[in-house]
Amino acid sequence: MSTATAKKRGFGSVLWDYLTTVDHKKIASLYLIGGGFFFLLGGLEALLIRLQLMYPENALIGAQFYNEVFTMHGTTMIFLAAMPLLFALMNAVMPLQIGARDVAFPFINALGFWLFLFGGILLNLSWFLGGAPDAGWTSYAPLSIYSPGHGVDFYAIGLQISGFGTLMGGINFLVTIVTMRAPGMTYMRMPLFTWTTFVASVLILFAFPALTVGIFLLTFDRLFGAQFFEATMGGNEIIWEHLFWIFGHPEVYILILPAFGIFSEIIPVFSKKRLFGYSSMVFATVLIAFLGFMVWAHHMFTTGMGPVANSIFAVATMAIAIPTGIKIFNWLLTMWGGKIRLTSPMLWSAAFIPSFLLGGVTGVMLAVAPADFQYHDSYFVVAHFHYVIVGGVVFGILAGVTYWWPLMFGKVLDEKLSKWTFWTFFTGFHLTFFIQHFLGLMGMPRRYWTYLEGQEFETGNFISTIGAFLMGVGTIILLYNIIKTSVSGEKCTRDPWDGRTLEWSLPIPTPHYNFKQLPLVRGLDALWIEKTQGNGKMIPAEPVDDIHMPNNSILPFVISLGLFIAGLGVIYRVDSNAAYIAIIVGFVLTFGSMLVRSVKDDLGHHIHKEDLEKEGAEVE
Amino acid sequence: MKGWMGRFRTLFLLGALALFLSGCGNPYVSALQPKGEGAQMSYDLMLISLAIMVLVVIVVVAIFVIVMVRFRQKKGQEDYIPKQVEGNHVLETIWTVIPIILLLILAVPTVQYTFALAETEPEAQAEDAEEAEDVLWIDVTAKQFWWNFSYRDLNVTTSQDLYIPTDKRVYVKLSSGDVIHSFWVPTISGKMDTNPGKNENEMFINATEEGVYWGHCAEFCGPSHSLMEFRVIAVSPGEFDQWISDMQEASAEDTPADTVAAEGQALFQQSCMACHAIGASPAVGVGPNLTSFGTRETLAGIEENTKENIVKWILDPESFKPGNEMTGNYVVPSKEDAGKIAEYLLTLQPSEIGPDDARDNEYIQAEPKEEEGEGEENTTEEESTEESAEEETNEQ
Repeated sequence: MSTATAKKRGFGSVLWDYLTTVDHKKIASLYLIGGGFFFLLGGLEALLIRLQLMYPENALIGAQFYNEVFTMHGTTMIFLAAMPLLFALMNAVMPLQIGARDVAFPFINALGFWLFLFGGILLNLSWFLGGAPDAGWTSYAPLSIYSPGHGVDFYAIGLQISGFGTLMGGINFLVTIVTMRAPGMTYMRMPLFTWTTFVASVLILFAFPALTVGIFLLTFDRLFGAQFFEATMGGNEIIWEHLFWIFGHPEVYILILPAFGIFSEIIPVFSKKRLFGYSSMVFATVLIAFLGFMVWAHHMFTTGMGPVANSIFAVATMAIAIPTGIKIFNWLLTMWGGKIRLTSPMLWSAAFIPSFLLGGVTGVMLAVAPADFQYHDSYFVVAHFHYVIVGGVVFGILAGVTYWWPLMFGKVLDEKLSKWTFWTFFTGFHLTFFIQHFLGLMGMPRRYWTYLEGQEFETGNFISTIGAFLMGVGTIILLYNIIKTSVSGEKCTRDPWDGRTLEWSLPIPTPHYNFKQLPLVRGLDALWIEKTQGNGKMIPAEPVDDIHMPNNSILPFVISLGLFIAGLGVIYRVDSNAAYIAIIVGFVLTFGSMLVRSVKDDLGHHIHKEDLEKEGAEVE
Repeated sequence: MKGWMGRFRTLFLLGALALFLSGCGNPYVSALQPKGEGAQMSYDLMLISLAIMVLVVIVVVAIFVIVMVRFRQKKGQEDYIPKQVEGNHVLETIWTVIPIILLLILAVPTVQYTFALAETEPEAQAEDAEEAEDVLWIDVTAKQFWWNFSYRDLNVTTSQDLYIPTDKRVYVKLSSGDVIHSFWVPTISGKMDTNPGKNENEMFINATEEGVYWGHCAEFCGPSHSLMEFRVIAVSPGEFDQWISDMQEASAEDTPADTVAAEGQALFQQSCMACHAIGASPAVGVGPNLTSFGTRETLAGIEENTKENIVKWILDPESFKPGNEMTGNYVVPSKEDAGKIAEYLLTLQPSEIGPDDARDNEYIQAEPKEEEGEGEENTTEEESTEESAEEETNEQ
């Protein structure tokens, strides 16, 4: 189970192990690899966008290809990079933080990952099968309905499949946190990252069905002759905008809240202080999530909803600034009076505060509906959401990955290289996006594959492109760092950062069953309490006994593969009857596997007390 | 509304300074150099919100800098454990209440202006029947990838160049012939979507200065989204009236004097008329209305309007606007014939009023109603636009 034993085995057996695993730690690694791959892909697409816009009337890539590239950049980064990377961290850390041996539904956890991966692969197959989706990640009808070829079909089916995975993941985390907390781990003793995972999962539970429904209607309009969004046939294209943003706005919080959680873990550790205003942080998180469902129409101020709706959504949107402000001040006050160690996770966290602040204040500016008539769909918006998503979510992911890397892989990433990544990426980020605020105000609309000369957009776009490449350099350094650390990094055994929460009480590599004995939690920052008031070790809440663990299974992989095949069949059904074969084969695989799973009892296995005692003796 | 503004002059100064430093872009494209009522209102709100936000940023960054400088762990402090502070109710109350107050300050003008900008029932507000009749409505239809402008009750249709007078609000009804587009002239007003079907929108535009302003399509609409440009040509009211009456007289039957152009006209009527109208009907054609093609500021919103470019367009429109509806839907003429058609198109100049009249400083008053139909040129009143702009600012 540990990497040491894995190395002794052949490649085939390791591959099989990962295809069938239901262990949350291995699924976390899979999410990290999958999400990381799509992050690089989305990054390459971003560089293509910036290269095309480097000069006015540039002819590097044509209109159609550009539209495919920016559509896929947005879709990939949101659905296939940011969310899976956060899921990687949630899977790796959250069960350890609450003192659980796995998530509530390990089988579903694996299923969620494979659905995401197959959905993502399906979506990206479109590049090789006649062209990627070209209607923007928002895929507004009726443009998305009229889009020729199969691009948007891949968007619909790919996102539908990976969306199932996300929904399952969210439900799984919810149940895990509700039912599997260790003795003494009350809700108000949960680490903030667990709290934000919990709240983000609630958001997933309520927001993703809206996307599912929207995509379902889109699929029917495109592939089965429905007319939900077709105005000439009595449909209404505005419905899509509402459905999309009822999902789309909470989605922003699904991404940013876990990032907030990551910073709320890192800042106390490297300031050597407990989180300032813990309960108001929890309250603010819940409030943001709640308000996040009331503001979707601020993406639609120019749709023509009328002044009453515009005013209500404007004021509701402004209100979100209040809990977010509370959070910012709490982080600052956590650092105030502390002893700050500027390690690379802390650098990302510290840099997040002013970066995200800019995204936050432009958010309030955007909430001012009459001013938004100017900002909307201009580069001002592009700048705003990249400040939020890169300055907030990506910084958070990079901070979290660096911080928990030793927990996941047993080695600390090279600090010097991590700092190089930080400084290049950070500088590149501000260089790319700060100037874009002004481009927008100067009248440059977004989603333009080219811009005409004589509008004074040249300088801003050139600077922006330079910045994007600097971010690319930072990413390459990070990749090099990961390879270098994996090959020649020093192994660490336990708690390399002087942590405060439960996950750092475990030996590294973490055993398959996480906790030999479930720990007794005596308060917030459980490990810190034991470090300052006890002997630095968690007090067991139970005697050593047999541990019940789930069995591995290939079924999640097969179920997802089946949906993938059926999805391809559905897309090509309109072209050829042979596609029905794919549909049938796919659904037989999926539902057959589900049947097998339902009929065959899988009671899991036990790790025996004697083995645990033997293993325990070796570790200590 | 305006008295309320005065109280925040200091905040304004701060915001104005920030924007002044920013460099403001092209005066006929940029939203930071408003030359219209709507753009001015948006701009005022931008300044208020920016001022408040600059304040917030300064406070937070100041705390941030102090923290990062003062509270770093120094050598020898590795074992020091700071006091584990749980929270502070006073502080937490302060940073909850102050933002609420700031947002309330921002919310009031936001709601006021939201309603002010949504005012599109001029007939109901008119003082008498004559004023109600004077209201100018333009039906704007967006299509991939061009704009159609039909002047309601005036029997005038044009595309790509939108002529408006500078002395009043012009009301536009926005609709689309295919997908969602968005009508945006940053210097004059914020944007509004053009939706297909029944979700039509209405707004007003009011240019306060003469000029040729850039308009963009701001909602992603397909391959040539970024080339779906148009121009708003704001001329003085007298010039506008003349343009309207000239346009009303334009007809597809007018034969050009030049023989080549006349041959072009024959070709045009034979192969192009089915989609491209000359004259006011139909109100929305299959392709752009070409009545005043010869005076267009640009070809298709993007290129110089020269014979060479027109020929190129006729032979291969795809190379200008990928994904346009013309490609593949007409018989491509020979280069020679295309030249003749181009020659004809350039003669289509029904009015002497063109973009140049928006650029000069000549301000021509509208003729009083009674004298309507006299047709006498009116050049008595000359007033520089700068003066009128100054009056505008003094009022505030």
